[in-house]
Amino acid sequence: MSDWKKDVEVLVHQGKISVPYSWTVGSTLSRWYCELRDNGKIWANRCPGCGTVFVPPKAKCIHCYLEPHDWVELPGTGTVETYTVVRYEEPKLHPRKAPFVYGLIKMDGADTCLLHFIDEIEPEKVKVGMRVEAVLAEEREGNILDIKHFRPLG
Amino acid sequence: MEKVAIIGVAQSKYEQNKPETFAEMVYDVTRRALEDAGITKDEVDNVVSVSSDFWDGRTISSMAIQDSACAYGKDITTVEGDGTFGCLYGMMRILSGSFGVTIVVAHHKGTESNMNGITNCAFDPLVERKLGIDAVSSAALQARRYMNKYALKEEQFALVSVKNHGNAMRNPLALFPMEITVEDVMNSRRIADPLKLLDCSPVTDGAAALVLAAERQAKKLSTRKKRVWLLGVGHCSDAYRLGDRDLADTRALKAAAKRAYSMAGIVDPLREIDVAEVYDAFSYMEPLWLEGLGFCDDGKGCEYLERGYFHFDGRLPVNPSGGRLSANPVQVAGLAELAECVLQIRGEAGDRQVGEVNVALAHGINGMCGQSHCVWILGR
Ligand SMILES: [Zn+2]
Repeated sequence: MSDWKKDVEVLVHQGKISVPYSWTVGSTLSRWYCELRDNGKIWANRCPGCGTVFVPPKAKCIHCYLEPHDWVELPGTGTVETYTVVRYEEPKLHPRKAPFVYGLIKMDGADTCLLHFIDEIEPEKVKVGMRVEAVLAEEREGNILDIKHFRPLG
Repeated sequence: MEKVAIIGVAQSKYEQNKPETFAEMVYDVTRRALEDAGITKDEVDNVVSVSSDFWDGRTISSMAIQDSACAYGKDITTVEGDGTFGCLYGMMRILSGSFGVTIVVAHHKGTESNMNGITNCAFDPLVERKLGIDAVSSAALQARRYMNKYALKEEQFALVSVKNHGNAMRNPLALFPMEITVEDVMNSRRIADPLKLLDCSPVTDGAAALVLAAERQAKKLSTRKKRVWLLGVGHCSDAYRLGDRDLADTRALKAAAKRAYSMAGIVDPLREIDVAEVYDAFSYMEPLWLEGLGFCDDGKGCEYLERGYFHFDGRLPVNPSGGRLSANPVQVAGLAELAECVLQIRGEAGDRQVGEVNVALAHGINGMCGQSHCVWILGR
Protein backbone atom coordinates (compact mmCIF):
# COMPACT_ATOMS: atom_id res chain seq x y z
CA MET A 1 0.00 0.00 0.00
CA SER A 2 1.52 3.32 -1.06
CA ASP A 3 2.00 6.03 1.50
CA TRP A 4 0.00 8.72 -0.31
CA LYS A 5 -3.25 6.95 0.71
CA LYS A 6 -2.71 7.91 4.35
CA ASP A 7 -2.91 11.61 3.52
CA VAL A 8 -6.00 11.58 1.30
CA GLU A 9 -9.16 13.26 2.50
CA VAL A 10 -11.67 10.52 1.56
CA LEU A 11 -14.95 12.15 0.51
CA VAL A 12 -18.47 10.80 1.10
CA HIS A 13 -21.26 11.48 -1.40
CA GLN A 14 -24.85 11.31 -0.16
CA GLY A 15 -27.38 9.41 -2.29
CA LYS A 16 -30.91 8.13 -2.25
CA ILE A 17 -32.71 5.74 -4.57
CA SER A 18 -36.39 6.41 -5.10
CA VAL A 19 -38.15 4.09 -7.57
CA PRO A 20 -41.93 3.66 -7.69
CA TYR A 21 -43.58 0.25 -8.10
CA SER A 22 -47.18 -0.84 -8.76
CA TRP A 23 -47.34 -4.43 -7.54
CA THR A 24 -50.30 -6.57 -8.48
CA VAL A 25 -51.71 -8.30 -5.42
CA GLY A 26 -52.75 -11.38 -7.44
CA SER A 27 -56.07 -13.21 -7.27
CA THR A 28 -55.50 -15.09 -3.99
CA LEU A 29 -54.43 -12.19 -1.79
CA SER A 30 -56.81 -9.78 -3.57
CA ARG A 31 -59.75 -11.98 -2.63
CA TRP A 32 -58.47 -12.06 0.96
CA TYR A 33 -58.04 -8.31 1.18
CA CYS A 34 -61.42 -7.57 -0.51
CA GLU A 35 -63.21 -9.75 2.07
CA LEU A 36 -61.35 -7.92 4.80
CA ARG A 37 -62.03 -4.47 3.33
CA ASP A 38 -65.65 -4.94 2.28
CA ASN A 39 -67.04 -7.40 4.86
CA GLY A 40 -64.58 -7.15 7.73
CA LYS A 41 -63.89 -10.90 7.55
CA ILE A 42 -60.60 -12.80 7.84
CA TRP A 43 -60.57 -15.78 5.50
CA ALA A 44 -58.06 -18.57 4.96
CA ASN A 45 -57.60 -21.27 2.32
CA ARG A 46 -57.15 -25.02 2.66
CA CYS A 47 -54.91 -27.39 0.71
CA PRO A 48 -56.90 -30.24 -0.91
CA GLY A 49 -53.87 -32.54 -0.45
CA CYS A 50 -52.74 -32.24 3.16
CA GLY A 51 -55.57 -30.13 4.58
CA THR A 52 -53.27 -27.36 5.83
CA VAL A 53 -55.23 -24.12 6.31
CA PHE A 54 -53.17 -21.04 5.40
CA VAL A 55 -53.65 -17.49 6.60
CA PRO A 56 -52.78 -15.27 4.80
CA PRO A 57 -54.07 -17.54 2.02
CA LYS A 58 -51.55 -18.98 -0.41
CA ALA A 59 -51.56 -19.50 -4.15
CA LYS A 60 -50.07 -22.98 -3.57
CA CYS A 61 -49.49 -25.31 -0.65
CA ILE A 62 -45.86 -25.21 0.53
CA HIS A 63 -46.01 -28.96 1.22
CA CYS A 64 -48.01 -30.44 -1.69
CA TYR A 65 -47.58 -27.80 -4.41
CA LEU A 66 -51.35 -27.92 -4.95
CA GLU A 67 -53.74 -24.97 -5.22
CA PRO A 68 -55.66 -24.47 -1.96
CA HIS A 69 -59.09 -23.94 -3.56
CA ASP A 70 -61.32 -24.21 -0.47
CA TRP A 71 -61.89 -20.95 1.35
CA VAL A 72 -62.83 -20.92 5.03
CA GLU A 73 -63.87 -18.04 7.24
CA LEU A 74 -61.90 -17.64 10.47
CA PRO A 75 -63.35 -16.30 13.72
CA GLY A 76 -60.55 -13.68 13.96
CA THR A 77 -59.23 -15.00 17.26
CA GLY A 78 -55.96 -16.73 18.00
CA THR A 79 -53.11 -17.52 20.38
CA VAL A 80 -49.77 -15.71 20.63
CA GLU A 81 -47.05 -18.15 19.51
CA THR A 82 -44.21 -15.66 19.90
CA TYR A 83 -43.82 -11.89 20.21
CA THR A 84 -41.27 -9.12 20.55
CA VAL A 85 -41.37 -5.65 22.05
CA VAL A 86 -39.66 -3.37 19.53
CA ARG A 87 -37.69 -0.65 21.35
CA TYR A 88 -36.06 1.19 18.43
CA GLU A 89 -37.53 3.92 16.27
CA GLU A 90 -37.63 3.51 12.51
CA PRO A 91 -40.15 6.21 11.52
CA LYS A 92 -40.04 5.49 7.78
CA LEU A 93 -40.77 1.78 8.31
CA HIS A 94 -42.81 1.41 11.47
CA PRO A 95 -46.49 2.40 11.25
CA ARG A 96 -46.37 3.12 15.00
CA LYS A 97 -43.98 4.56 17.56
CA ALA A 98 -41.78 2.31 19.71
CA PRO A 99 -42.24 0.59 22.05
CA PHE A 100 -44.76 -1.59 20.27
CA VAL A 101 -45.32 -5.33 19.98
CA TYR A 102 -45.16 -7.69 17.00
CA GLY A 103 -46.70 -11.10 17.46
CA LEU A 104 -46.96 -14.27 15.43
CA ILE A 105 -50.53 -15.30 16.11
CA LYS A 106 -51.64 -18.88 15.57
CA MET A 107 -55.10 -18.21 14.19
CA ASP A 108 -58.05 -20.29 15.35
CA GLY A 109 -59.24 -22.43 12.44
CA ALA A 110 -55.89 -22.19 10.61
CA ASP A 111 -52.58 -24.04 10.80
CA THR A 112 -50.30 -21.05 10.28
CA CYS A 113 -49.45 -17.87 12.14
CA LEU A 114 -50.29 -14.33 11.12
CA LEU A 115 -47.75 -11.58 11.81
CA HIS A 116 -49.28 -8.44 13.28
CA PHE A 117 -49.23 -5.88 16.07
CA ILE A 118 -50.48 -6.69 19.56
CA ASP A 119 -51.90 -3.62 21.27
CA GLU A 120 -54.38 -2.38 23.94
CA ILE A 121 -52.09 -4.00 26.53
CA GLU A 122 -48.84 -2.87 28.19
CA PRO A 123 -45.99 -4.42 26.17
CA GLU A 124 -44.51 -6.00 29.32
CA LYS A 125 -47.76 -7.89 29.95
CA VAL A 126 -47.85 -9.73 26.61
CA LYS A 127 -47.25 -13.48 27.05
CA VAL A 128 -46.77 -16.48 24.81
CA GLY A 129 -50.00 -18.48 24.81
CA MET A 130 -52.14 -15.39 25.40
CA ARG A 131 -55.52 -15.39 23.64
CA VAL A 132 -56.07 -12.43 21.29
CA GLU A 133 -58.61 -11.11 18.78
CA ALA A 134 -58.28 -8.99 15.66
CA VAL A 135 -59.35 -5.35 15.80
CA LEU A 136 -60.24 -4.04 12.35
CA ALA A 137 -59.52 -0.55 11.09
CA GLU A 138 -62.57 1.63 10.52
CA GLU A 139 -61.32 2.94 7.19
CA ARG A 140 -60.17 -0.11 5.21
CA GLU A 141 -58.17 0.04 1.99
CA GLY A 142 -57.53 -3.58 1.10
CA ASN A 143 -54.16 -4.21 2.74
CA ILE A 144 -52.72 -5.80 5.89
CA LEU A 145 -53.32 -2.62 7.90
CA ASP A 146 -57.09 -3.21 7.51
CA ILE A 147 -56.42 -5.29 10.61
CA LYS A 148 -55.46 -2.52 13.04
CA HIS A 149 -53.87 -4.92 15.54
CA PHE A 150 -54.71 -7.81 17.86
CA ARG A 151 -55.78 -7.25 21.45
CA PRO A 152 -56.27 -9.52 24.49
CA LEU A 153 -59.47 -11.51 24.20
CA GLY A 154 -62.25 -10.82 26.69
CA MET B 1 -17.03 -36.63 -9.22
CA GLU B 2 -13.81 -34.63 -9.40
CA LYS B 3 -12.73 -33.01 -6.14
CA VAL B 4 -12.46 -29.23 -5.82
CA ALA B 5 -9.94 -27.46 -3.58
CA ILE B 6 -9.60 -23.98 -2.14
CA ILE B 7 -6.04 -23.01 -3.05
CA GLY B 8 -6.03 -19.38 -1.96
CA VAL B 9 -7.84 -17.12 0.49
CA ALA B 10 -7.83 -13.46 1.53
CA GLN B 11 -9.94 -11.30 3.81
CA SER B 12 -10.05 -7.59 4.49
CA LYS B 13 -10.03 -6.22 7.97
CA TYR B 14 -13.69 -5.95 9.05
CA GLU B 15 -14.54 -2.37 9.97
CA GLN B 16 -17.32 0.18 9.99
CA ASN B 17 -17.19 3.10 7.56
CA LYS B 18 -14.29 1.64 5.61
CA PRO B 19 -12.83 4.37 3.38
CA GLU B 20 -12.42 2.00 0.39
CA THR B 21 -15.10 1.69 -2.31
CA PHE B 22 -16.56 -1.79 -3.10
CA ALA B 23 -14.25 -2.00 -6.07
CA GLU B 24 -11.17 -1.10 -4.03
CA MET B 25 -12.02 -3.75 -1.42
CA VAL B 26 -12.62 -6.38 -4.12
CA TYR B 27 -9.30 -5.53 -5.80
CA ASP B 28 -7.47 -5.82 -2.49
CA VAL B 29 -8.79 -9.28 -1.52
CA THR B 30 -8.74 -10.74 -5.04
CA ARG B 31 -5.12 -9.70 -5.55
CA ARG B 32 -4.12 -11.13 -2.18
CA ALA B 33 -6.03 -14.39 -2.73
CA LEU B 34 -4.19 -14.89 -6.03
CA GLU B 35 -0.92 -14.13 -4.24
CA ASP B 36 -1.83 -16.65 -1.52
CA ALA B 37 -2.49 -19.27 -4.21
CA GLY B 38 0.75 -18.34 -5.96
CA ILE B 39 -0.94 -17.79 -9.34
CA THR B 40 -1.60 -14.86 -11.63
CA LYS B 41 -4.88 -13.44 -12.92
CA ASP B 42 -4.19 -15.01 -16.33
CA GLU B 43 -4.76 -18.46 -14.82
CA VAL B 44 -8.33 -17.52 -13.75
CA ASP B 45 -11.23 -18.02 -16.16
CA ASN B 46 -14.27 -18.02 -13.86
CA VAL B 47 -15.28 -15.23 -11.50
CA VAL B 48 -18.23 -15.46 -9.11
CA SER B 49 -19.10 -12.27 -7.29
CA VAL B 50 -21.21 -12.28 -4.11
CA SER B 51 -23.12 -9.15 -3.19
CA SER B 52 -26.57 -7.66 -2.81
CA ASP B 53 -27.72 -4.92 -5.14
CA PHE B 54 -30.00 -3.48 -2.46
CA TRP B 55 -27.16 -3.19 0.02
CA ASP B 56 -24.83 -1.81 -2.65
CA GLY B 57 -27.39 0.71 -3.90
CA ARG B 58 -26.37 -0.34 -7.38
CA THR B 59 -27.99 -2.87 -9.69
CA ILE B 60 -26.00 -5.68 -11.36
CA SER B 61 -23.16 -4.47 -9.20
CA SER B 62 -20.86 -7.30 -10.31
CA MET B 63 -20.53 -5.33 -13.55
CA ALA B 64 -19.07 -2.43 -11.56
CA ILE B 65 -16.43 -4.57 -9.82
CA GLN B 66 -15.64 -6.77 -12.83
CA ASP B 67 -12.17 -5.35 -13.44
CA SER B 68 -11.36 -5.36 -9.70
CA ALA B 69 -12.26 -9.06 -9.55
CA CYS B 70 -9.83 -9.76 -12.46
CA ALA B 71 -12.76 -10.57 -14.76
CA TYR B 72 -11.90 -8.03 -17.45
CA GLY B 73 -11.99 -10.02 -20.69
CA LYS B 74 -13.49 -13.01 -18.83
CA ASP B 75 -16.85 -14.13 -17.52
CA ILE B 76 -18.33 -12.86 -14.24
CA THR B 77 -21.56 -13.93 -12.58
CA THR B 78 -23.19 -13.03 -9.27
CA VAL B 79 -24.77 -14.82 -6.35
CA GLU B 80 -27.00 -12.57 -4.33
CA GLY B 81 -26.90 -14.17 -0.92
CA ASP B 82 -24.40 -15.48 1.55
CA GLY B 83 -20.84 -16.31 0.51
CA THR B 84 -21.34 -20.01 1.26
CA PHE B 85 -23.81 -20.09 -1.66
CA GLY B 86 -21.29 -18.19 -3.81
CA CYS B 87 -18.72 -20.90 -3.16
CA LEU B 88 -21.33 -23.53 -4.09
CA TYR B 89 -21.93 -21.82 -7.43
CA GLY B 90 -18.21 -21.48 -8.04
CA MET B 91 -17.74 -25.19 -7.45
CA MET B 92 -20.72 -26.08 -9.66
CA ARG B 93 -19.30 -24.06 -12.55
CA ILE B 94 -15.98 -25.86 -12.20
CA LEU B 95 -17.70 -29.26 -12.08
CA SER B 96 -19.73 -28.40 -15.19
CA GLY B 97 -16.45 -28.83 -17.04
CA SER B 98 -16.76 -25.42 -18.66
CA PHE B 99 -14.53 -23.47 -16.28
CA GLY B 100 -11.11 -23.76 -14.72
CA VAL B 101 -9.55 -21.79 -11.88
CA THR B 102 -12.23 -19.79 -10.13
CA ILE B 103 -12.34 -16.67 -8.00
CA VAL B 104 -15.24 -16.31 -5.56
CA VAL B 105 -15.20 -12.81 -4.13
CA ALA B 106 -17.73 -11.16 -1.81
CA HIS B 107 -18.06 -7.54 -0.78
CA HIS B 108 -20.32 -5.69 1.60
CA LYS B 109 -20.58 -2.10 2.76
CA GLY B 110 -23.51 -2.25 5.14
CA THR B 111 -22.46 0.81 7.09
CA GLU B 112 -23.14 2.98 4.03
CA SER B 113 -26.85 2.23 4.17
CA ASN B 114 -29.70 1.39 6.54
CA MET B 115 -29.98 -2.27 7.57
CA ASN B 116 -33.54 -2.05 8.84
CA GLY B 117 -34.75 -0.44 5.61
CA ILE B 118 -32.97 -3.01 3.46
CA THR B 119 -33.96 -6.09 5.43
CA ASN B 120 -37.56 -4.81 5.62
CA CYS B 121 -37.51 -5.07 1.81
CA ALA B 122 -36.81 -8.81 2.09
CA PHE B 123 -40.43 -9.20 3.27
CA ASP B 124 -43.48 -9.51 1.03
CA PRO B 125 -44.51 -5.98 0.00
CA LEU B 126 -48.09 -7.28 -0.29
CA VAL B 127 -48.27 -8.38 3.36
CA GLU B 128 -45.58 -8.17 6.05
CA ARG B 129 -43.44 -5.35 4.67
CA LYS B 130 -46.12 -2.76 5.48
CA LEU B 131 -45.89 -3.74 9.16
CA GLY B 132 -42.28 -2.49 9.26
CA ILE B 133 -40.76 -5.84 10.28
CA ASP B 134 -37.03 -6.30 9.57
CA ALA B 135 -34.11 -8.67 10.28
CA VAL B 136 -33.80 -7.63 13.92
CA SER B 137 -37.46 -7.72 14.91
CA SER B 138 -38.05 -11.02 13.08
CA ALA B 139 -34.98 -12.51 14.79
CA ALA B 140 -36.45 -11.42 18.11
CA LEU B 141 -39.61 -13.41 17.28
CA GLN B 142 -37.44 -16.44 16.55
CA ALA B 143 -35.39 -16.00 19.75
CA ARG B 144 -38.56 -15.89 21.86
CA ARG B 145 -40.04 -18.92 20.12
CA TYR B 146 -36.80 -20.86 20.71
CA MET B 147 -36.73 -19.82 24.39
CA ASN B 148 -40.33 -20.77 24.85
CA LYS B 149 -40.10 -24.15 23.12
CA TYR B 150 -37.14 -25.36 25.19
CA ALA B 151 -37.45 -23.25 28.39
CA LEU B 152 -34.22 -21.34 27.68
CA LYS B 153 -33.08 -18.12 29.35
CA GLU B 154 -31.73 -14.86 27.94
CA GLU B 155 -28.60 -15.33 30.09
CA GLN B 156 -27.83 -18.52 28.16
CA PHE B 157 -27.90 -16.63 24.85
CA ALA B 158 -25.76 -13.89 26.43
CA LEU B 159 -23.00 -16.45 27.02
CA VAL B 160 -22.67 -16.89 23.23
CA SER B 161 -21.92 -13.19 22.88
CA VAL B 162 -19.41 -13.36 25.76
CA LYS B 163 -17.64 -16.33 24.17
CA ASN B 164 -17.51 -14.93 20.64
CA HIS B 165 -16.45 -11.39 21.54
CA GLY B 166 -13.77 -13.03 23.69
CA ASN B 167 -12.63 -15.20 20.77
CA ALA B 168 -12.37 -12.04 18.65
CA MET B 169 -9.58 -10.86 20.98
CA ARG B 170 -7.37 -13.36 19.10
CA ASN B 171 -8.50 -12.20 15.63
CA PRO B 172 -6.87 -9.01 14.31
CA LEU B 173 -9.49 -8.83 11.51
CA ALA B 174 -12.52 -8.67 13.84
CA LEU B 175 -14.42 -5.44 14.46
CA PHE B 176 -15.39 -5.85 18.13
CA PRO B 177 -12.96 -7.90 20.21
CA MET B 178 -14.23 -7.46 23.77
CA GLU B 179 -13.89 -9.03 27.17
CA ILE B 180 -17.45 -8.84 28.44
CA THR B 181 -19.63 -10.64 30.95
CA VAL B 182 -23.13 -12.10 30.80
CA GLU B 183 -24.15 -9.14 32.94
CA ASP B 184 -22.81 -6.69 30.34
CA VAL B 185 -24.94 -8.36 27.67
CA MET B 186 -28.00 -8.41 29.94
CA ASN B 187 -27.52 -4.71 30.76
CA SER B 188 -26.93 -3.60 27.18
CA ARG B 189 -29.62 -1.52 25.47
CA ARG B 190 -32.84 -3.38 24.77
CA ILE B 191 -33.42 -3.53 21.00
CA ALA B 192 -36.32 -5.92 20.44
CA ASP B 193 -37.06 -8.17 23.43
CA PRO B 194 -35.52 -10.62 24.16
CA LEU B 195 -32.61 -9.22 22.09
CA LYS B 196 -30.28 -6.63 23.57
CA LEU B 197 -27.59 -4.71 21.72
CA LEU B 198 -24.88 -7.28 22.55
CA ASP B 199 -27.08 -10.15 21.29
CA CYS B 200 -27.00 -8.55 17.83
CA SER B 201 -24.15 -8.62 15.33
CA PRO B 202 -22.81 -5.26 14.16
CA VAL B 203 -23.24 -4.51 10.46
CA THR B 204 -19.71 -4.37 9.14
CA ASP B 205 -17.91 -3.51 5.90
CA GLY B 206 -15.51 -5.95 4.36
CA ALA B 207 -14.55 -8.32 1.57
CA ALA B 208 -13.21 -11.84 1.20
CA ALA B 209 -12.02 -13.95 -1.71
CA LEU B 210 -11.33 -17.64 -2.38
CA VAL B 211 -9.48 -19.28 -5.25
CA LEU B 212 -11.00 -22.64 -6.25
CA ALA B 213 -9.55 -25.27 -8.57
CA ALA B 214 -10.47 -28.78 -9.63
CA GLU B 215 -8.19 -31.59 -8.44
CA ARG B 216 -5.92 -31.87 -11.47
CA GLN B 217 -5.33 -28.12 -11.70
CA ALA B 218 -5.09 -27.70 -7.93
CA LYS B 219 -2.33 -30.30 -7.75
CA LYS B 220 -0.48 -28.64 -10.61
CA LEU B 221 -0.79 -25.07 -9.32
CA SER B 222 -0.52 -25.32 -5.58
CA THR B 223 1.44 -27.00 -2.83
CA ARG B 224 -0.01 -29.68 -0.59
CA LYS B 225 0.17 -27.30 2.37
CA LYS B 226 -2.01 -24.69 0.67
CA ARG B 227 -4.67 -27.10 -0.66
CA VAL B 228 -7.86 -27.56 1.33
CA TRP B 229 -10.49 -29.85 -0.13
CA LEU B 230 -14.22 -29.16 -0.29
CA LEU B 231 -15.31 -32.57 1.01
CA GLY B 232 -19.03 -32.04 1.29
CA VAL B 233 -21.80 -29.51 0.79
CA GLY B 234 -25.53 -29.44 1.45
CA HIS B 235 -28.16 -26.76 1.13
CA CYS B 236 -31.89 -26.53 1.80
CA SER B 237 -34.55 -23.86 2.27
CA ASP B 238 -37.65 -23.56 4.46
CA ALA B 239 -40.88 -21.58 3.92
CA TYR B 240 -40.61 -17.88 3.03
CA ARG B 241 -43.38 -16.61 5.29
CA LEU B 242 -42.44 -16.59 9.00
CA GLY B 243 -45.94 -17.71 9.97
CA ASP B 244 -45.68 -20.81 7.78
CA ARG B 245 -42.70 -22.06 9.80
CA ASP B 246 -42.04 -23.09 13.36
CA LEU B 247 -39.18 -20.65 13.92
CA ALA B 248 -37.54 -22.99 16.46
CA ASP B 249 -37.59 -25.92 14.02
CA THR B 250 -34.32 -26.32 12.07
CA ARG B 251 -35.65 -28.77 9.48
CA ALA B 252 -33.95 -27.03 6.53
CA LEU B 253 -30.59 -26.94 8.30
CA LYS B 254 -30.94 -30.59 9.30
CA ALA B 255 -31.53 -31.54 5.66
CA ALA B 256 -28.57 -29.42 4.50
CA ALA B 257 -26.27 -30.90 7.17
CA LYS B 258 -27.35 -34.44 6.37
CA ARG B 259 -26.41 -33.99 2.71
CA ALA B 260 -23.06 -32.36 3.53
CA TYR B 261 -22.19 -35.08 6.06
CA SER B 262 -23.19 -37.87 3.74
CA MET B 263 -21.09 -36.42 0.90
CA ALA B 264 -18.08 -36.01 3.22
CA GLY B 265 -18.60 -39.37 4.93
CA ILE B 266 -19.19 -37.81 8.36
CA VAL B 267 -21.08 -40.12 10.72
CA ASP B 268 -20.56 -38.50 14.13
CA PRO B 269 -20.13 -34.74 13.59
CA LEU B 270 -19.14 -33.90 17.18
CA ARG B 271 -16.33 -36.47 17.08
CA GLU B 272 -15.17 -36.00 13.50
CA ILE B 273 -15.28 -32.20 13.07
CA ASP B 274 -12.48 -30.20 14.70
CA VAL B 275 -13.73 -26.64 14.34
CA ALA B 276 -16.93 -24.92 13.15
CA GLU B 277 -17.78 -21.43 11.95
CA VAL B 278 -21.56 -20.98 12.11
CA TYR B 279 -23.75 -18.00 11.24
CA ASP B 280 -24.31 -16.24 14.58
CA ALA B 281 -26.00 -13.07 13.30
CA PHE B 282 -27.71 -13.06 16.71
CA SER B 283 -26.52 -14.79 19.90
CA TYR B 284 -29.42 -17.30 20.04
CA MET B 285 -28.69 -18.46 16.49
CA GLU B 286 -25.45 -20.21 17.44
CA PRO B 287 -26.99 -22.86 19.75
CA LEU B 288 -30.03 -23.19 17.47
CA TRP B 289 -27.86 -23.87 14.41
CA LEU B 290 -25.52 -26.17 16.38
CA GLU B 291 -28.59 -28.29 17.18
CA GLY B 292 -29.62 -28.30 13.53
CA LEU B 293 -26.09 -29.33 12.58
CA GLY B 294 -26.43 -32.35 14.84
CA PHE B 295 -23.76 -31.43 17.41
CA CYS B 296 -26.35 -31.95 20.16
CA ASP B 297 -30.04 -32.74 20.57
CA ASP B 298 -32.72 -30.12 19.92
CA GLY B 299 -32.95 -27.67 22.81
CA LYS B 300 -29.55 -28.70 24.23
CA GLY B 301 -27.28 -26.16 22.45
CA CYS B 302 -27.19 -23.74 25.39
CA GLU B 303 -26.51 -26.52 27.89
CA TYR B 304 -23.55 -27.78 25.84
CA LEU B 305 -22.27 -24.21 25.58
CA GLU B 306 -22.49 -23.80 29.36
CA ARG B 307 -20.55 -27.04 29.77
CA GLY B 308 -17.76 -25.53 27.64
CA TYR B 309 -18.14 -27.80 24.58
CA PHE B 310 -18.07 -24.90 22.12
CA HIS B 311 -15.46 -22.68 23.78
CA PHE B 312 -12.05 -22.02 22.25
CA ASP B 313 -10.52 -24.87 24.25
CA GLY B 314 -13.66 -27.02 24.14
CA ARG B 315 -14.38 -30.28 22.37
CA LEU B 316 -15.66 -28.42 19.28
CA PRO B 317 -14.47 -24.79 19.15
CA VAL B 318 -17.26 -22.78 17.49
CA ASN B 319 -16.55 -19.41 15.91
CA PRO B 320 -12.94 -19.05 17.08
CA SER B 321 -12.80 -16.04 14.71
CA GLY B 322 -15.23 -14.21 16.97
CA GLY B 323 -18.10 -15.02 14.63
CA ARG B 324 -20.62 -12.68 13.12
CA LEU B 325 -21.29 -11.23 16.58
CA SER B 326 -17.83 -9.65 16.43
CA ALA B 327 -18.04 -8.54 12.77
CA ASN B 328 -20.93 -9.16 10.39
CA PRO B 329 -20.11 -8.28 6.80
CA VAL B 330 -23.48 -9.88 5.80
CA GLN B 331 -22.98 -11.47 2.31
CA VAL B 332 -19.26 -11.76 2.96
CA ALA B 333 -19.78 -13.62 6.24
CA GLY B 334 -20.00 -17.15 4.82
CA LEU B 335 -16.95 -16.62 2.63
CA ALA B 336 -15.07 -15.29 5.66
CA GLU B 337 -16.07 -18.49 7.51
CA LEU B 338 -14.72 -20.62 4.66
CA ALA B 339 -11.49 -18.60 4.65
CA GLU B 340 -11.18 -19.06 8.43
CA CYS B 341 -11.70 -22.83 8.07
CA VAL B 342 -8.98 -22.95 5.41
CA LEU B 343 -6.55 -21.09 7.69
CA GLN B 344 -7.38 -23.44 10.58
CA ILE B 345 -6.77 -26.52 8.42
CA ARG B 346 -3.49 -25.11 7.10
CA GLY B 347 -2.45 -24.25 10.65
CA GLU B 348 -2.15 -20.58 9.66
CA ALA B 349 -4.84 -19.08 11.91
CA GLY B 350 -2.32 -17.32 14.16
CA ASP B 351 -3.47 -16.68 17.73
CA ARG B 352 -6.91 -18.06 16.91
CA GLN B 353 -5.55 -21.45 15.75
CA VAL B 354 -7.51 -24.02 17.79
CA GLY B 355 -4.89 -26.78 17.52
CA GLU B 356 -4.55 -29.35 14.79
CA VAL B 357 -7.54 -29.26 12.45
CA ASN B 358 -8.25 -32.00 9.93
CA VAL B 359 -11.95 -31.35 9.28
CA ALA B 360 -13.78 -28.02 9.53
CA LEU B 361 -17.39 -26.93 9.05
CA ALA B 362 -18.67 -23.63 7.65
CA HIS B 363 -22.37 -22.72 7.71
CA GLY B 364 -24.16 -19.82 6.05
CA ILE B 365 -27.75 -18.63 5.85
CA ASN B 366 -29.94 -16.73 3.43
CA GLY B 367 -33.27 -15.14 4.19
CA MET B 368 -34.93 -14.07 7.39
CA CYS B 369 -34.47 -16.23 10.50
CA GLY B 370 -32.36 -18.72 8.55
CA GLN B 371 -34.87 -19.55 5.82
CA SER B 372 -32.10 -21.19 3.82
CA HIS B 373 -28.87 -22.89 4.88
CA CYS B 374 -25.63 -23.96 3.23
CA VAL B 375 -23.26 -26.32 5.04
CA TRP B 376 -19.67 -27.04 3.95
CA ILE B 377 -17.23 -29.66 5.16
CA LEU B 378 -13.58 -28.90 4.43
CA GLY B 379 -10.53 -31.04 5.02
CA ARG B 380 -6.95 -31.88 4.18
ZN1 LIG C 1 -50.85 -29.42 1.08
